[in-house]
Amino acid sequence: MKLPIRLAAFAILSISAWATTAAPLSGDQQALHVLDRLGYGPKPGDIERVKQMGIDRYIDAQLEPETIPLPAALTQRLSMLETSNESAGEVLAEFLAVRKVANDGDEAAKQKRREVVGKIVEQNAEARLARAIDSPRQLEEVMVDFWFNHFNVFAGKGLDRALVGSYERDAIRPYVLGSFRDLLGATAKHPAMLFYLDNWLSTSADYQPPQLRRNAAQGQKAKATGLNENYARELMELHTLGVDGGYSQKDVTELARMLTGWTFEPRDLVRNNHTFRFDAQRHDMGDKEWLGHHIGAQGQGEGEFALDVLAMHPSTAHHLSYELAQYFVQDNPSPELVERLSKRYLATNGNIREVLRTLFHSPEFMASANVGAKFKTPYQFVISAARASQAPITNVRPLLGVLNQLGMPLYGAQTPDGYKNTQAAWLNPDALTRRITFATALAAGRLPLNKMPGNDDKAAGAPAVAAQPLDAVMLLNTLGPAISGKTRATIDNNPQALRAAMVLGSPDFMQR
Amino acid sequence: MMNRRNLLKMMAMTGSLVIPVGRQAWAAVGDDSTATKRKLVVVMLRGAADGLNVVAPYGDANYARLRPTIGLARPGQDGGVLDLDGYFGLHPALASLQPLWEQKKLAFIHASGSPDATRSHFDAQDYLESGTPGRKSTQDGWLNRLLTVLPGTTSPTRAISVGPLMPRILTGRAPATNLAAGAAGTKESILDRPKIGSAFDQMYQSSDKFASTYQEGRDAHKEVMTASMKDEMRAADGGAPLPNGFPNDAAHLAKLMRNDPKIQIAFVALGGWDTHAYQGNGKGQLANRLAPLGQGLATLAQGLGPVFDDTIIVVMSEFGRTARQNGNGGTDHGHGNVMWVLGGGVAGGKVYGDWQGLGDGQLHEGRDLPVTTDFRSVLAKVSERHLRLSDQQLMQVFPEMPISKAGLNFMLG
Repeated sequence: MKLPIRLAAFAILSISAWATTAAPLSGDQQALHVLDRLGYGPKPGDIERVKQMGIDRYIDAQLEPETIPLPAALTQRLSMLETSNESAGEVLAEFLAVRKVANDGDEAAKQKRREVVGKIVEQNAEARLARAIDSPRQLEEVMVDFWFNHFNVFAGKGLDRALVGSYERDAIRPYVLGSFRDLLGATAKHPAMLFYLDNWLSTSADYQPPQLRRNAAQGQKAKATGLNENYARELMELHTLGVDGGYSQKDVTELARMLTGWTFEPRDLVRNNHTFRFDAQRHDMGDKEWLGHHIGAQGQGEGEFALDVLAMHPSTAHHLSYELAQYFVQDNPSPELVERLSKRYLATNGNIREVLRTLFHSPEFMASANVGAKFKTPYQFVISAARASQAPITNVRPLLGVLNQLGMPLYGAQTPDGYKNTQAAWLNPDALTRRITFATALAAGRLPLNKMPGNDDKAAGAPAVAAQPLDAVMLLNTLGPAISGKTRATIDNNPQALRAAMVLGSPDFMQR
Repeated sequence: MMNRRNLLKMMAMTGSLVIPVGRQAWAAVGDDSTATKRKLVVVMLRGAADGLNVVAPYGDANYARLRPTIGLARPGQDGGVLDLDGYFGLHPALASLQPLWEQKKLAFIHASGSPDATRSHFDAQDYLESGTPGRKSTQDGWLNRLLTVLPGTTSPTRAISVGPLMPRILTGRAPATNLAAGAAGTKESILDRPKIGSAFDQMYQSSDKFASTYQEGRDAHKEVMTASMKDEMRAADGGAPLPNGFPNDAAHLAKLMRNDPKIQIAFVALGGWDTHAYQGNGKGQLANRLAPLGQGLATLAQGLGPVFDDTIIVVMSEFGRTARQNGNGGTDHGHGNVMWVLGGGVAGGKVYGDWQGLGDGQLHEGRDLPVTTDFRSVLAKVSERHLRLSDQQLMQVFPEMPISKAGLNFMLG
């Protein structure tokens, strides 16, 4: 892979030169750019719609998603997904019930477990993908992806298989354009995060667990007899200050002590949907010295204070601004832009919407050198192809399959840093071939996207209902300036039957 | 001994073997095979594997004191370590590696790691891959820099990574490729169909950004398909299908390396080592990760056959874990770790390194195994002795590396 380094250097050099001298973007280019960056690319007719609406009005509307009505078909589809409409406790109850029975080894019980867990996985995925593809509140969906990834939890770890749906719905989605402090607090108290980074187990060093508990879930808890610094470290390194944000190992340990007792009881979650509990018994009552603050014993207040300090820390402002600029502008955002966003963050008390407003109206955002400068992540590639093709999708399994192959399984990032979004992370020889393979199958109508995943598992892989092959002319109209004249000429020189695949598998469509 | 089915297969294949594949001289197998004869496989354990429970110092009384429930039992006891030298013992889940230890083809370098003290997984992995601890501006990985100084021409498969992503360690100026894990890496591709392949070739040839990556993928795929088909013919020994995961990938990798003499460098990353809670002792979470790792390494060694004599396998992880177990039967982020070295040229059957014990006074910041051997010293020794790099070449691969005075004689010759 020779390109990333050279390109990165090239991009840095070129911005200042190009931003001032390059020709201004055409109306179509601007419309495409906001559709590609504030959303997952155009659907048929979108470029025209955004042009008519005006770029600024489109951006403003996207920043106020509640003003954009959801189509009835999408609302209807989401309402039918049982799992995504159940509480965290209800889903966990189902999950634990089949897990417990299946552990006894009966084949029927194992089959039941596969069904229940499969339903949970599938419905969570369908809710996420249906919205990403069909919601007109595209920026909201982009920010759900962004913040979920920033506060990543891994669905493959134990109870999180059951909790990840609620995590996204209850701890991420409501806050994606709001106050960062609210988002931080919601993730800190959600059982999916408490479980994933082990804080639910962390106690003061001298905590003596009650001995007479026999419940299986609590049996685990009874082993909690001391500090666990996992969450405290990632809270500062990944969620807020950043790795160079100015904290020491001592600060990690002290913060872990301040957060002792932030936990949840699986049984209480199942029975009463109590998703968070501060357990004073487990809390370390000693004094702490953290980030230059002297902390006296205040119970849960110590953790709340820590989140207040972290949310408004200049290092956090810088860290989040860098991440947003890298996600929305280019892989190596200019320090000036990051600085401007940081100032806006601090001036607005960590208001995400206002930071984004500044970002979208910045000259860097609309600079022609940055148009198409981002290599799509596998997720962005798949969703943008689904949008452009407008293939009716009732079965999301083929999309989940290609995300797995491309190394970006949905809810499947194992480590707390989530997925990267740079070209260096995703461009590789195998990835291009696989993206082309997916584009070819989608264009030929060979993916079983319109077949209901049914009870008949054997038939699920078969392309039962033949989908229509995609129309290359329609795709090219939809994508407008995304596909260059040069690429269009090559496509025109090839057989009709290959053209739609060539559009979706083109180098142009790999970027946004 | 060729049966009818294999003969037919061979006849069907002959056509594809002679198709010219463009400017790349990849088809000139053999010319360069002396340059790529000495192989290096790097296995990276992402997430900080607990080295003190991989090669456990059971002979140090502090060990059991620091790890009352997760510490491994002494040799001979239930779930006890496999004795290595009367002081260190190997995790029982790694029993599959015991024959290699006994054949002196496996060595460990304990208390090794990065001189940078970060306890961030992501920074520490970055340093391990860039080969420049403490410096974040390094763009390329040390395995890629190694490629640029090795003699001979570089074909697209000279360095391969197993998995869907190109790792940092292989990023840089020299071409490298990645293959999907398992059988998918050697399956036919849609681009093998001439019309489709030619259509996409046309489009990508003129792409400023993606032309070379695309071409590397195309060339590597052809080479790997050739190597894997060759194997199907030859290896009627096939063997039982292996469980999924690393043992399976290791078996594939061994076949490819045996059949394609131009593969010289291979990289595999394995996750799931961040055991903050319930890591277990002789059994449990860590044991469940170590068992397939050990099986995979043994499979790789065996599958390479005679090539193993010319191969060094290095296993490394970004840092070690706390010497003391935490409140949840796990361990938090530490510092020093253990590196593993396997291969024909290893002076094995020995635990190397400057071991200072686990007494309170010895621990780094009162909690971790100190780093007494820079990971670059180990890698440099392999590069020097096994890959025959000169001092000057070593400086290109590991710039700013302090000259190690330690007698790390874990390599023969």
